[in-house]
Amino acid sequence: MKKNLSKLYLALVMLFLYAPIFVLIVFSFNTTKSRSVLSGFTFDWYIKLFHNELILSSLWNTIIVAVIASIGATILGAVAAVGINGMKRLPKTIVMQGTNIPIMNPEIVTGVSLMLLFVFFMVRMNLEMGFVTLIIAHITFDVPYVILNVMPRFRQMDPNLYEAAQDLGCNGASAFFKVVLPEIMPGIISGFLMSFTFSLDDFVVSYFTSGTTQTLPITIYSMTRRKVSPEINALSTIIFLVVVAVLVINNVIERRNLRKRGVIK
Amino acid sequence: MKKVLAAPYLVWMVVFILVPLIMVAYFAVTTADGAFTFDNLAAVSQYANIFIRSIWLAAISTVICLVIAYPLVVILARINVSYQSTVLMIVMLPMWMNFLLRTYAWMTLLGNNGLINMFLGLFGLGPFRLLNTQGAVVLGMVYNYLPFMILPLYNVIVKIDKSVIDAAHDLGCSNFQTFVKVLLPLSIPGVMSGITMVFVPAISTFIISRMLGGGSNLLIGDLIEMQFLGNSYNPNLGAAISLVLMVIILFIMVILNQFDDDEDRVLM
Amino acid sequence: MKRLLTLIAALAVFFTCACSHIEDETDEAAENEEVVFEKDEEYYSALKDDNVTINVYNWGEYIPDGSDGETINLNAEFTELTGIKVNYTTYATNEELYAKLKSGGASYDIIIPSDYMISRMIKEDMLEPLDMDNIPNFKNIMDKFTDPEYDPGSVYSVPYTWGTVGILYDNTAFTEEEAENIGWETLWDERYAGNILMFDNPRDAFAIAEEMLGYDLNTEDSEKLHDAAELLTEQKKLVQAYVMDEIFDKMGAGEALLAPYYAGDAVTLMDEYDHLSFVIPESGTNLFVDAVCIPKGSVNKRAAEMYINFLCEADIAYAVADYIGYSSPNAAAFELLDDEVKEDGISYPDDEFLENHTTTFRNLSDEANLEMQTLWTEMKSSEEETPNRLIVPVFMALCVIASIVILIRRHVKKKKEIF
Repeated sequence: MKKNLSKLYLALVMLFLYAPIFVLIVFSFNTTKSRSVLSGFTFDWYIKLFHNELILSSLWNTIIVAVIASIGATILGAVAAVGINGMKRLPKTIVMQGTNIPIMNPEIVTGVSLMLLFVFFMVRMNLEMGFVTLIIAHITFDVPYVILNVMPRFRQMDPNLYEAAQDLGCNGASAFFKVVLPEIMPGIISGFLMSFTFSLDDFVVSYFTSGTTQTLPITIYSMTRRKVSPEINALSTIIFLVVVAVLVINNVIERRNLRKRGVIK
Repeated sequence: MKKVLAAPYLVWMVVFILVPLIMVAYFAVTTADGAFTFDNLAAVSQYANIFIRSIWLAAISTVICLVIAYPLVVILARINVSYQSTVLMIVMLPMWMNFLLRTYAWMTLLGNNGLINMFLGLFGLGPFRLLNTQGAVVLGMVYNYLPFMILPLYNVIVKIDKSVIDAAHDLGCSNFQTFVKVLLPLSIPGVMSGITMVFVPAISTFIISRMLGGGSNLLIGDLIEMQFLGNSYNPNLGAAISLVLMVIILFIMVILNQFDDDEDRVLM
Repeated sequence: MKRLLTLIAALAVFFTCACSHIEDETDEAAENEEVVFEKDEEYYSALKDDNVTINVYNWGEYIPDGSDGETINLNAEFTELTGIKVNYTTYATNEELYAKLKSGGASYDIIIPSDYMISRMIKEDMLEPLDMDNIPNFKNIMDKFTDPEYDPGSVYSVPYTWGTVGILYDNTAFTEEEAENIGWETLWDERYAGNILMFDNPRDAFAIAEEMLGYDLNTEDSEKLHDAAELLTEQKKLVQAYVMDEIFDKMGAGEALLAPYYAGDAVTLMDEYDHLSFVIPESGTNLFVDAVCIPKGSVNKRAAEMYINFLCEADIAYAVADYIGYSSPNAAAFELLDDEVKEDGISYPDDEFLENHTTTFRNLSDEANLEMQTLWTEMKSSEEETPNRLIVPVFMALCVIASIVILIRRHVKKKKEIF
């Protein structure tokens, strides 16, 4: 009885979470633009979507920005984490509090504040907002996530390891690369992935800092404000499928790793 | 020596986090010509009702998220460990869809001729006005931010030792007593970080209210956006509103932090 | 040699068109137009190898983009012809455009503001004067649009479209008699509560209220603006949503019954949906002109002027008018229009009506602009349901009390632990 109740509850929440998405998907195959009556099956909206230059170019922009910003943020953040780890307690606390600012600040305030900064300096230097400002903004909100992912790894690591490596004849650098880096690598990777997805998906901060550059979320926003075409449903479907694929692959790899470790143990 | 490595990040942080925030404060207390003034901040009080509405709607959404997420997480934590990560993944999956598309999906469901009203129409009910109401805005917030409540809760509850709960039962606690005296206190850190993670984006959103609220349920986010890139250009006023928003959030965080001194809190 | 190039270019244009078109009879018509109107190759190829990109900032749904499979994709055609790439972005209101330009940081080469916004921008020195020698097709513009009040002597702008504001309504919900009586006051009619859409920009919304009150649409009188704001606040409880281009979607899907909007978009919507009709209230309305300008800070002025000239080509201006439904100020394009369109009374009302029943917006003084903006925000933020007001302070007070109690308890606990 109790088990059935919890199953029912789980099912209801799933319905709530997935119903809108499946409605979007179903209507991406609809022959007419109607959003409530199904009138036939077609792939037309997908074909149109792939001929829509605006969407393709903004997708390209999004990917470029996300790749550069997440790599930049990962390097900056990982290096910073090593440095912060070496700090004394008080400065460490202060820096970590500062790191929390962009996470806890509302996105719109981050966006607006960066916009004010960029405009203030850009106008004086005769530059305009675009790719560069977008990447800077994205790195800014990405770095904290990298640091927060890497820092716990240091705590889990045995501090004696590094010294042991040095005692065994490694110099500082090689001890770092051979001992410390492999230990914190999982944190770096998950930080990178997190930054990458945040950058891909970011709308609010980009909206205020993109100038004339259009990323996919910005294009989607302007699409939802105009004559809405089922192309947008087609786009949702594709994004959904990509996300499902990535997560499934990720999950499979994780399980395999877990099993391997289980075997070793 | 190692400390030097943090320098580039510190410089970055000062230039792109601290300085912009200082600029917000600077714009908030100056006129368009750069003269010092308190007028902008005074003008914010004109929009007190928007602040009240935003806090109210965000609070309702946060409570609803908590009410939905808590039982869900408890159920999740009881599932066989080998399925747990899969089920969790399925629950979190919609979060990876673009935020605007998810909100747009609700637009199509809630309309007067949308699917929900069509469905109700089959039973001779409605049509009800669902879209462009405060209820729709709350729904949008709950839908979009529910995962932010589920994750921190899950991270905490899954780590609670099952034997503690069994012990409570053995010592004669009823289910309700176990919940109030054992489970709830142990999960407070998760509850608190869940509340912050839902409340902060909910109070400052401008998309959800615009898409689902029909433009007549303005929230703080809309107000700020209007001053910078919208229909009433006035960045100084916009900065003042942002400043007040930050203060409100800071205040709420201070309150919430009192409940939660777990330094190892896992973010997402 | 040059002829050969022209031929190749024409073929290329034809080829891309033919490809993008779904096989249809309309193809032939389109193809004919391509052949008849040859463009001045030499003029358009001046920047061909410079790899220029211009930033065009236009209203949403305001250019033929080939999405219906019948019309040309204007920007693609332009790139084809000139080698200049177009980065095309859209805005929804004049005020948004103003904010984006004013906030700086983004530089555009082409913008298309309306009359009153153009004079405001001229006043604030935000526009580049145009070099008409580079825009030979300016000759195509009708005489009555070449020396407008908002831009005396057409120094900064070239008219793109014009039109009036009217009311779009769902004809299935109105009897014939009711439909005949639709006027601005219908937007305040309680019977249609929850089924009315309204402009989401201050100037157009205030104009309707001012029209209702019998005020001048350009009034700067503070009291009159307050009256209009009050009327709009009164209307708020009847309004389903404040929208701009979302109207296409909402009216098309039958979400609402009444919506004031621009005649051009109404024409487009009526083409697509039989259940929609449009009426221009006899009592009077706003006549607007949207014109192409180059904002200060444009780095590709030469290319931008080429784009303006391209928009003034007879066949292109015709394609624009045909696709977006707005009225064309381009004499050569007007010639090409079907008589049916010219005489339907929506896109091209007769001169008598324009003369006596329409008013053009003028730029208001800074004070009046600011006042209107403030009133607008106040109107939109005003609350219909008031019970929430008390609950929130109580809620916040509870939060504060709870936090204090917890703080004290924790403090006491810590003290106990120390001992």
